[in-house]
Amino acid sequence: MSLTAAETGFRIDHLLVSEMVEPGSRVLDVGCGDGALLELLTTRRGVDARGIELSRDGVSACVARGLSVIQGDADTDLSDYPDDAFDYVILSQTIQATRNPRIVLENMLRIGRRAIVSFPNFGHWRIRAMLAVTGRMPVTRNLHYSWYDTPNIHFCTIRDFVSLCDEVGATVERAVALGPSGKKVGVTAPWWFWNMFGEQGVFLLRRGRD
Amino acid sequence: MSGTKARESAELWKAALAEIEQPSSPVARFSAAESLVMDGGATLGPWQLAYQTYGTLNADRTNAVLVCHALTGDQHVANVHPVTGKRGWWETMVGPGRPIDTDRYFVICANVIGGCLGSTGPASADPATGRPYGLSFPVVTIRDMVRAQAALIDRLGIETLFCVAGGSMGGMQVLQWAALYPDRVFSAMPIATAAKHSAQNIAFHEVGRQAVMADPDWRGGRYMDDGVRPSKGLAVARMGAHITYLSETALHRKFGRELQARNAPSFSFDAEFQVESYLRYQGVSFVERFDANSYLYVTRAMDYFDLAADFGGSLAAAFKGTKTRFCVASFTSDWLFPTADSRAIVHALNAGGGPVSFVEIETDKGHDAFLLDIPELFATTRGFLDAAARARGI
Repeated sequence: MSLTAAETGFRIDHLLVSEMVEPGSRVLDVGCGDGALLELLTTRRGVDARGIELSRDGVSACVARGLSVIQGDADTDLSDYPDDAFDYVILSQTIQATRNPRIVLENMLRIGRRAIVSFPNFGHWRIRAMLAVTGRMPVTRNLHYSWYDTPNIHFCTIRDFVSLCDEVGATVERAVALGPSGKKVGVTAPWWFWNMFGEQGVFLLRRGRD
Repeated sequence: MSGTKARESAELWKAALAEIEQPSSPVARFSAAESLVMDGGATLGPWQLAYQTYGTLNADRTNAVLVCHALTGDQHVANVHPVTGKRGWWETMVGPGRPIDTDRYFVICANVIGGCLGSTGPASADPATGRPYGLSFPVVTIRDMVRAQAALIDRLGIETLFCVAGGSMGGMQVLQWAALYPDRVFSAMPIATAAKHSAQNIAFHEVGRQAVMADPDWRGGRYMDDGVRPSKGLAVARMGAHITYLSETALHRKFGRELQARNAPSFSFDAEFQVESYLRYQGVSFVERFDANSYLYVTRAMDYFDLAADFGGSLAAAFKGTKTRFCVASFTSDWLFPTADSRAIVHALNAGGGPVSFVEIETDKGHDAFLLDIPELFATTRGFLDAAARARGI
């Protein structure tokens, strides 16, 4: 990934997510991989961190870090969690790989009072240009799979995601678009600008409307 | 069975009988004044628990790991078995440098109450009559087993166990420990187990018990008085149960439809297929070391196990507010205690806010996998215990 912050050893998107989380809160990271974000949240923010991970290797790595992680699937296992079990439910770079992103998002907002979602923006100008110019499915540095073997089955743009949030009745508390190398894209810029120049979006959502 | 084999078998049973009153491992003896009040309403006393330990208890008494054995297991986790001469049943998991590392932890395993390797059970002498209890032994539950273990842990001067670990019926005891004594269990590893015994599993157990009782030598459970044993019935029970410990794939891989020591079918009821021969061997060798009545009691204990029932039907309530760190593991091909059973435990812990990890391990070895050489299980156990040890400061 291009987002490694050499000076801290942490990924910039992870650092950004950790800023969004209140210290001492209860957090569920869905698709937590090897537990790097959970560990960051535990050590830096003192949270009670839990995770769900699909791969057994990922779960083992997390267990060895002393994290509480269960082997499971965002599409099928979130429904088993009780309401309001967490303060935050995080879905990092995974929503585009779920079978039913809407239900996943609804579950996240049911289990947690807030949800943090980061995802690759399919509306980025380079992706648009690739499809427009070559007439073929875009394959980029960050999205390097061919169409026929990609785990990413539900791509969306930043604007698409905003309208999904609206449909499920969530309030966007914070939204950040990250450009190449993880730099924030024009903080005060309008949505169309983010949608064009953001490589990924990071959203902090709250259940319900204002 | 040939004459020599029958004699060897009888010798082994004699050795097993000797273990019942005077086990070759340490024994904690409890007087009638320290009687065990059991779920069924009976009071058992005097009573004893035979146990085995490995490693050294540290000065703070914080490094004790209690291993709970399964249905036909015993306290000999990691040493040569005094009756069969075979290696300990969990030597791959427990020992110096093993995932449950006896260089770091003080490992304890006790024969369950109702068992037949030195802990009080139906083969023990009833102090009222001087004869074996037989069916006058009170029915045992998983909670009775755990209460008995707690008395042993008290006697060993240990307040909090660093970990309680076990598979199958051992896993049931782990769950019961965590629910009954939440403050005494720092971490828990229930493996290939369930919070309640399923109707299908009760059904299998009932077939086994009926096989024992149908043997004319069972004699209403008083066979010891007459110096006989329901060996055939117990062997059949074991054969049936053994099928449930494996998987279709594992049976096929091991035996397929291969014939035993012949190239063409003999059109008889001999052990024609290798799988038959294997099961017969399992049955016969089990009978050499295990008491038939004990088999009835211990299977019964599993049948009665339903942890949620003790908490108004809510498993989550059993673990509400628990501080115990859990690591739950299941195996993909285990159809006796399928992954869904483990997930139910995980969901209950999540609902109660308990710290829990869960891993489903890919293997075709069936329920038995928890006893076998499964590197993924060892890696997970090691990682979990290492992290817990850091948190515990050991």
